[in-house]
Amino acid sequence: MSDFFTEAVLIATVAGGIRLAVPLLFASLGEMFGQRSGVLNLGVDGVMLLGAFGGYYAVLKTDNVWLGLLVGVAIGVVFGLITAVMSVTLKAEQGISGIGIYLFGLGFSDLLFQKWVGTPLPIKAFPKINIPVLSDIPIIGEMLFRHSAVVYIAFAAVPLSMFIINRTNFGMKIRAVGENPEAADSLGVSVTKVRYATLIIGGLLAGVAGAALAIDLKIFQQNLTNAAGFIAIALVYFGAWRPLGVMGGALLYGFVNSIVLQLKTLGIIPRSWSDIAAMAPAIVTILALVIVAQRFKPPAALTKPFERGR
Amino acid sequence: MTSQGGISGRRLLAYSVPIASVLAALVLGALMLIALDASPVEGVKAMFDGAFGSGKALTATLLKATPLLFVGVGITIAFRANVINIGGEGQMVMGALLSTIVALNMPDVPAAIMLPAVLIAGLIGGAIWGAIPGALKAYYGVNEILSTIMLNVVAVQFMNYLLRGPLIDPAEIERGTRIPQTERLPEAADLPFLFGSDRLHIGPLLAIAAAIAAYILLWRTPLGYRVRAVGQNTDASRYAGIPVKRTIVLALTMSGAMAGLAGAVLVFGSESHRMVTDGSTAGFTGSAGFNGIVAALFGALHPLWTIPASFLFGGLLVGGNALQRAVQVPAALILALNGLVVVFVVSTEGFRRRLLERQPAVVEEPAAEPEKEAPDPPDTGPPPAPDGGGS
Amino acid sequence: MEKRYLWIGLGVVAIVAILVVALSGGDDDETTETTVASGETTEAPSETTEAPSETTEAPSDTTEAPAEAFRVAVIAPSAQNDLAFTQSMVDAVNVVSGSVDMEIAITDGTFIVEDAASAIRDYADQGYDLVIAHGSQYGGSLVEIAPDFPDVSFAWGTAADTFGLPNVYAYEAASDEGGYVMGVLAAALSESDTVGVVGPVEVGDAKLYVDGFAAGVLGENPGADVKIVYTGSFSDVALASETAQAHATAGADVLTGSAQMVVGAVGVAAENGILWFGTQANQAQLAPEIVVASQVYHWEVVISQIVAQVQAGTLGGEVFVIDLANGGEVIEYNPGYEVPADVVAKADATIAGIIDGSISTGS
Repeated sequence: MSDFFTEAVLIATVAGGIRLAVPLLFASLGEMFGQRSGVLNLGVDGVMLLGAFGGYYAVLKTDNVWLGLLVGVAIGVVFGLITAVMSVTLKAEQGISGIGIYLFGLGFSDLLFQKWVGTPLPIKAFPKINIPVLSDIPIIGEMLFRHSAVVYIAFAAVPLSMFIINRTNFGMKIRAVGENPEAADSLGVSVTKVRYATLIIGGLLAGVAGAALAIDLKIFQQNLTNAAGFIAIALVYFGAWRPLGVMGGALLYGFVNSIVLQLKTLGIIPRSWSDIAAMAPAIVTILALVIVAQRFKPPAALTKPFERGR
Repeated sequence: MTSQGGISGRRLLAYSVPIASVLAALVLGALMLIALDASPVEGVKAMFDGAFGSGKALTATLLKATPLLFVGVGITIAFRANVINIGGEGQMVMGALLSTIVALNMPDVPAAIMLPAVLIAGLIGGAIWGAIPGALKAYYGVNEILSTIMLNVVAVQFMNYLLRGPLIDPAEIERGTRIPQTERLPEAADLPFLFGSDRLHIGPLLAIAAAIAAYILLWRTPLGYRVRAVGQNTDASRYAGIPVKRTIVLALTMSGAMAGLAGAVLVFGSESHRMVTDGSTAGFTGSAGFNGIVAALFGALHPLWTIPASFLFGGLLVGGNALQRAVQVPAALILALNGLVVVFVVSTEGFRRRLLERQPAVVEEPAAEPEKEAPDPPDTGPPPAPDGGGS
Repeated sequence: MEKRYLWIGLGVVAIVAILVVALSGGDDDETTETTVASGETTEAPSETTEAPSETTEAPSDTTEAPAEAFRVAVIAPSAQNDLAFTQSMVDAVNVVSGSVDMEIAITDGTFIVEDAASAIRDYADQGYDLVIAHGSQYGGSLVEIAPDFPDVSFAWGTAADTFGLPNVYAYEAASDEGGYVMGVLAAALSESDTVGVVGPVEVGDAKLYVDGFAAGVLGENPGADVKIVYTGSFSDVALASETAQAHATAGADVLTGSAQMVVGAVGVAAENGILWFGTQANQAQLAPEIVVASQVYHWEVVISQIVAQVQAGTLGGEVFVIDLANGGEVIEYNPGYEVPADVVAKADATIAGIIDGSISTGS
């Protein structure tokens, strides 16, 4: 065990945890917007996969990582819109419609990949940015301030989300629609428009999450996300529908995975325990859900379609 | 359902909505085939032939439909209590594992004892995996969608651990190949074949029996009454003295039990008569835990209608695979098509509901969504403002 | 209200249009070999039906009637262009089809074992001459299916068991041999004496390769540290990538790995200037600057023999192994990376030693 507490390993564990948290963070923040307005979107993973393929393909063809991220945005917006049509306008059962989007994304991203790319070729990665001064701090600098550009964007999205939800008029409408759509409606807030907006934001961030993952890994493959989108949904509950909480959840998940991995590399967890160790993140999440559920309540209108006059 | 007598035109229209939406999804699929330079005519023909075109095709469809029906029946039970059970995948795995363990530990028992034993074991395995999220929801307020998703992850890792370790075929260790599968399970546990067929086992019959049992349970027993009461109006049920929390746990437990049975039938009715893992849940379940939900929706969330719905949906999946083989498109297309079908069926569910709702009020309206009448989730804690409850 | 549905309708139409354009657009950019391959066979009959009157060109054009072509079906768990397990077999069948008149059907991505079983059954039912169940997890099903189709030949792998059935061939790769050679190369090239392995799950072909690799490293340098991590998944690219990162932290300067998820690990290796050894297919194109060599499977060595035997009437009962000796396993160096001559010589000596039996890979 003492092997674990060496400087190099600790730095790598923290840095690795942060890297693993990034796609989850993007996707969870997006999902949080939808849930705050009362819509549960289970299709995140499918949108992530489509965004991942789109981002990968764009970079493969143009060598421009930012264009790749933009393609992820565009795909995310389109599927956010589709989700909104399904959940808001057509009032589809939210627990199930997302599964359809997931299966579609899983199959279609793979289909396009096979059709357009075939052999997985590596692409350019995001540039690494060492933040001046801060990155020179011993240990901490290496852990936190020597990451690729997209990592900083992800963490910058957290205060931005806090600001939007807590300090803006739009954020107030989101909260109102999520807690009491009837009251919001009677005050002249369009429940439909607000939910469309939050779902498009959610789709956008899911698309970005996928593109960021693919570009960070420099590769696309069938089922690249490996169900990360579902973890992201759980993290929203874990984070009690608050950006900081969501960030904490994403980091915790990243760290648990990263620590398990380091322990395996160092031989502290024996190989025969691999499968048992792989359960750890899910079990930790369930326990966390129990604790969070005691203290926080979900938005009151979550999963309920709005119908005026009922 | 039929006890109401006459089927009105509107009702007929309502039931044709899901079928129309599947057709719409298939049209999209046909367009994708054209885009892939494959003949959609040939594709559709292969799909139909592969699903319904021959005795063998019908057998394949029935077998594919069986887990869908079990899971779908479970979904209808949970849904009546206003609970969505996304955990079918994990419950199937746990049911299969427990029944496999039972079979492996009593190799010399005659079929008359073995078969009931393994089926009950499957039932129990799934029930446990359904009871956990049920209890977490009822007593700790944990959203069941999330806990079941996480439990699916735990179940698959547990399966991998058992099949790569304690349950692995000793011959695999001896040979050093270590394929993660059990030995050939005792023949006494093979599901008996029907009508002298060499593939069609009793699984479909069991599933139909389960659907009928669920129907009787929900509409002919006090327990079923309580489940539906809780689903329709939690508060009223509580005031009426119904143990709401216990009922929710029970509903999810029964729902899980059905999925567990699906898992057991999948193992003992499989070609290989072994349990084998490729490392993923879907590799074992074929995503029946998810697709069963769609089959249930397709069947208007009524246990009896879920029977033909599962059959059609099973045909769709079998036909999709046949299509892939016939026109040689990547298998990923079938997955995308499966997703489209789900999206279309779920999205048009509202139309069907509305068509049914405009009916004059009837006493027994099994196909109407309870969620309409009772927007309150059976969550614990003070319910939100009675947002215009009722209608 | 109605206007809204109009918009939705328009949206659906737009999405449909995008889907169709998306799928059909790719044709011009990429040459899709598989569609060409299957296209040939489907076009042949249509040509003949178009000209039923007197033109005898059509049949002569297709060299012989399609019905007489040898029909092969491959059922495999991952995508046919995965640069790993499935691709190795699909490539092999395509190679063999260059010399034998064959009709090829491929069902890839069949990770659902029961679906694979029904695909195997269906192809056999359709009268395919040879059905290749390319996945060791399919064996349990095959042993039940094969007796129902005594006239059809089945091949499955990677495995060494024909179940005593007269119409089942088995094939496997002595991947420990190539692994051992790679291990020797790795040990010779490593400066930190630490090498890392990114494994999927400790079973079958992957285990064999990893064990051989570790034995090779230790054979060359008994003091070396071989860090082996199995991620627990064949497909989790992110985890594979992070595992490679962990190896880098632990000081590894040479890495290898198996299964389709290694594409993530190769990227990390390239980023850190860590050398990479590939297996199953030539992975040089993933990172031309750091891939030293790949152990490439040439299943065609086995498949061509099986096809010839089936054509001669022997439907099974034999186990084939590809190894260094029969040319089924080839160490392909990446021309973009220059390996010192003495190291190559060492590898060549190891290969010779394994072939003549003087070196044991330890398994």
